[in-house]
Amino acid sequence: MIEIQNLVKKFGPFTAVDGISLTVAKGEVLGFLGPNGAGKSTTMKMLTGFLTPTSGRITVCGHDVAEAPLEAKRSIGYLPEGAPAYGDMTPRSFLDFVADVRRLSGEERRWRLEKVADQVNIVEVLDQPIDTLSKGFKRRVGLAQAILHDPPVLVLDEPTDGLDPNQKHEVRGLIQSMAKEKAIIISTHILEEVEALCKRAVVIARGRVVAEGRPEGDGWRIGDILAQPGKLDAAFRQVTQPRKAA
Amino acid sequence: MNGLSAVFRRELAGYFSTPVAYVFIVVFLFTTGVFTFYLGQFFERGQADLKAFFLFHPWLYLFFLPAIAMRLWAEERKSGTIELLLTLPIPLWAAVLGKFLAAWAFAGIALALTFPLWITVAWLGSPDHGVIAAGYIGSLLMAGGYLAIGCCLSALTRNQVIAFVLSVAVCFVFTVAGAPMVLSFFQGWAPTLVVDTIASFSFLSHFNAIIEGVIDLRDVVYFLSLIAVWLYATAVVVDLKKAG
Repeated sequence: MIEIQNLVKKFGPFTAVDGISLTVAKGEVLGFLGPNGAGKSTTMKMLTGFLTPTSGRITVCGHDVAEAPLEAKRSIGYLPEGAPAYGDMTPRSFLDFVADVRRLSGEERRWRLEKVADQVNIVEVLDQPIDTLSKGFKRRVGLAQAILHDPPVLVLDEPTDGLDPNQKHEVRGLIQSMAKEKAIIISTHILEEVEALCKRAVVIARGRVVAEGRPEGDGWRIGDILAQPGKLDAAFRQVTQPRKAA
Repeated sequence: MNGLSAVFRRELAGYFSTPVAYVFIVVFLFTTGVFTFYLGQFFERGQADLKAFFLFHPWLYLFFLPAIAMRLWAEERKSGTIELLLTLPIPLWAAVLGKFLAAWAFAGIALALTFPLWITVAWLGSPDHGVIAAGYIGSLLMAGGYLAIGCCLSALTRNQVIAFVLSVAVCFVFTVAGAPMVLSFFQGWAPTLVVDTIASFSFLSHFNAIIEGVIDLRDVVYFLSLIAVWLYATAVVVDLKKAG
């Protein structure tokens, strides 16, 4: 459902994304790993139509993001990095706004709004200004906004950042419950999250895909390295750090 | 149209969700009152019209309207919500237009609340209501011009104060372009065509024509095309500066 071919993004002389290609099918949760500044967020911003790629092609559910941006955007739910939301609005009015834009109406609209607020557990703060909410609630409001229209494609940039362990567990459960029906990309620093959620992982460093990972046996294979359960970080370090000259 | 109206409603409600809107309206009404009655000598003129009221609008708008427009894009950029807005299925033009129309509607509300002045002249004498209506229409059109400029400059920066100061400066240029002081600077050496062109860009000359009671199509076209050009520029700036 997501197809990225040879994606390149340059900011002046700096190449942030340097020829990334990947595909994500329905029912797949792809983990997007990489150190800070590796190009994860930039890739997601191009995938969701915020940034224009320098070159390369992205299609989402058959819609080319460059040629049919609105159709592509309709099929995507996106949680941007830092879960930005309009601080002076309440979650209720904010979700109402998103529902307007997403053309939800009537019974379906009411039902979706209710269901989503319940799914991400924000019912108790629906009428407080978003500015006054804790980081965890803000993140969940952002998540609610992303899944409101029940999109076939979900792009989540660090969805559990700022959540406490219980909330992380809940959000992971939520993502897992939606996984069968959707194509999901999650960027994260948290390697245990990859183990818990993803069926596949892509490790990005310096704008390139440096390794692919998938579960093998009890652990994970990342590139050439077979990591034991809970021991992904050593493998991660090894594939993302520039090779030292011998 | 969904996107446009959703952005418009969100933005307009945004003005009223904080005390800013009420403070703004109160100060605006108070200032128009002061200008009209003291500086404009509304009573001393002994004429049943609202000229004393309208004459000061360009100068009031010069400071008030950049204050309305400054948050439109700068705030989105600062809080990161611009990424959210532009990844929702809304065409860019609809987002730009929706925000502008919300600011314009807010300015319209503030302007409409000066209606007691109209009632006052109507009660004191028998004014030419056509002229007054023309004045209101002209004032609203001019407000649109100031706001479109403010919109564009707000898109340039993430800092609202910078957006405000830049807008006041650019609006000032557009306001005084037709003033004798500016024109005499060019008259010595520039060809007449250039001088006339500069003069024709002035808000003052077009607005003053309208408040005389004559709504000339050219003046209306001037303001509407000015708004269109600045909004187009806004869209270009937003598109170019998304990453920054």
